[in-house]
Amino acid sequence: MANEFAIEMQDVLKQFITPEGGTVAAVNHVTMQIKNGEFFSMLGSSGCGKTTSLRMIAGFEWPTEGEIYIEGKAMGHTPPFQRKVNTVFQNYALFQHMTVFENVAFGLEMEGATKDEIKKRVARALEMVQLTGMERRRPRQLSGGQQQRVAVARALVKIPEVLLLDEPLGALDLKLRKEMQLELKALQQQLGITFLYVTHDQEEALTMSDRIAVMSKGLVQQIGTPVEIYERPSNRFVADFIGESNFFEGTLKSLSKDDAVVYVPELNTELTGLPVSDGLVNGEEVVVSIRPEKIHITESATLNTNFFRGKVTNTVYIGTDTHVYLEVCDGKLKVYEQNRISRLDPRSFYTVGQEVSLLLPPENTLVLKKN
Amino acid sequence: MLQRLRENKSVQGTLLALPTTVWLFVLLIIPLLLTLIISFGRRSPDGNVIFTFTFDNYIRLLGYSTDCAGGQARCFDPLYATILWRSLVLAFNTTALVILMGYPLAYFIARAHPKKRNLYLFMVLIPLWTNFVIRVYAWMMLLRKEGGINIVLGWLAHLLGFPFQPLEMLYTPGAVLIGMVYEFLPFMILPIFTSLEKIDNSLYEAAADLGANAIRTFLRVTLPLSVPGVVAGTILVFIPVMGTFIVSDILGGRQVILVGNLIQRQFLDARDPTFGSAASLILMVMTLIVTYFYTRRFGFGEEIVAV
Repeated sequence: MANEFAIEMQDVLKQFITPEGGTVAAVNHVTMQIKNGEFFSMLGSSGCGKTTSLRMIAGFEWPTEGEIYIEGKAMGHTPPFQRKVNTVFQNYALFQHMTVFENVAFGLEMEGATKDEIKKRVARALEMVQLTGMERRRPRQLSGGQQQRVAVARALVKIPEVLLLDEPLGALDLKLRKEMQLELKALQQQLGITFLYVTHDQEEALTMSDRIAVMSKGLVQQIGTPVEIYERPSNRFVADFIGESNFFEGTLKSLSKDDAVVYVPELNTELTGLPVSDGLVNGEEVVVSIRPEKIHITESATLNTNFFRGKVTNTVYIGTDTHVYLEVCDGKLKVYEQNRISRLDPRSFYTVGQEVSLLLPPENTLVLKKN
Repeated sequence: MLQRLRENKSVQGTLLALPTTVWLFVLLIIPLLLTLIISFGRRSPDGNVIFTFTFDNYIRLLGYSTDCAGGQARCFDPLYATILWRSLVLAFNTTALVILMGYPLAYFIARAHPKKRNLYLFMVLIPLWTNFVIRVYAWMMLLRKEGGINIVLGWLAHLLGFPFQPLEMLYTPGAVLIGMVYEFLPFMILPIFTSLEKIDNSLYEAAADLGANAIRTFLRVTLPLSVPGVVAGTILVFIPVMGTFIVSDILGGRQVILVGNLIQRQFLDARDPTFGSAASLILMVMTLIVTYFYTRRFGFGEEIVAV
């Protein structure tokens, strides 16, 4: 491959003018690199700048500052029809006056492909998305899921360097969405085309992506693999946005190369042996984050390192897990226990008011900057 | 009673359709039948109708006269056929011009910023606040020999040192065409605007994304999706232009006589309701034929429905 990166965003700023006449940065000096052949997701809630970034890469918007490179070429003000990327739109944007065949053939006709070639490639694209036999239907005669497949086929038939997908599964029901997630992922692996996927659904991003950029307020909060993002969030926003977490404020008491000690007033104790992340300063105010499923509940009363006593305030059974809510000293804590055993016996649940011991495994207790 | 009405859908339907049905029957179907009967009659010397069954009126309309100089029973006289043909051509030309002028403007308005859109639409509609006839008279003021256009042209010629003869614009086919286009332009702009406005912006983006430049996007996406608006506009313009007589009366004078004028004069001046009726029916049939073939090709201007 000529370039390691399919797409590079270099310090890209996109400002919009507000109705009041001010400016607002939808994308605020974002730099990121998307590797060739990668399934890359931009994840964030609405207004985080993910769609604007995608639209700038597609060429529908131009950066106010900064530069976007596709396969190493600076895009500048290159119009969309001259970029080797194709988009699957959120509302599919199918041409209602054309048949499925005509929709998929459109992009090839624009390239000036011959009739035979168009026929062959459209047939292959429709086969890929399992729509063979639907060629003569109109988009309105198809179900939502089928329309979605037409949109994917229409973009993929052009064999783009990067396929841009703007929340393509947002309009589908849960079951179909999960099916399509796996199908899209399989398609991406089979074709080896770079996918840039925009979504607000964290589960979707975790399921499909090789790497994820978590975005908020026009800024990239973290870029990493699904495991990195979940297990080692780089700040409180990411830890909070992806999955769930218990947060405690504290003070960094001591800091060595691979060991941090944090005093947590809410728990009235020091947590020791915590992993060290970059940029921490001894003595600073920090936030400690621990995922509810990483905490162990034991009934033994031994108090050891990072052990506490807690009192159960509520338990909620949700099928796969049981959520246990506890009071610990001055704080509150939630613990998710997987239901490995049958819960048919009511005695298998903790009772409200029961005193238990809690272990916060140090390697899974993260020290994050307080902001 | 009310309870039963609430439950009976078919009675409800009948009741809802009744006023219009009665109205159409009394004021459209019956008069139309009378017109048909009268058109086969003969004019009495004092301008009344003698009810017979003769095709004379239609024969006259289509190009043969029964009042010949040489004393024959029939002779070729294309006077009325010319009028019919002229009306048809004018309606075609008006419609074509109105599409050519109205489409770009409708496109411009549809793609304008939503805040400005209403202002532009408002400006399109403003002329309709004035009476139809007064608007035509206004064109008379502009087009006549001492009118606004000649004054401006004369002034420009004077300024540039050219000799200038005031142009004879009034009472020409061109004047009638200008008047028609002016009168019916809004009826083309509005339906085209409506159909263009419905096209989601993402469709333009999708076309560009798939490699279509602006021109190809227009030809392959915008135009086909706005055809319903053009069709609706065409129906709204073509049919009235075929029948109207005010514009040609005021701007065409005695020079440009259309079917509308012919019918009007048969009833009011020539006092020959039989010939007027025949002309009315021919007009209706001509309009129906054109509309039939047109809508068979392009539909009725409805949404593109999945077949």
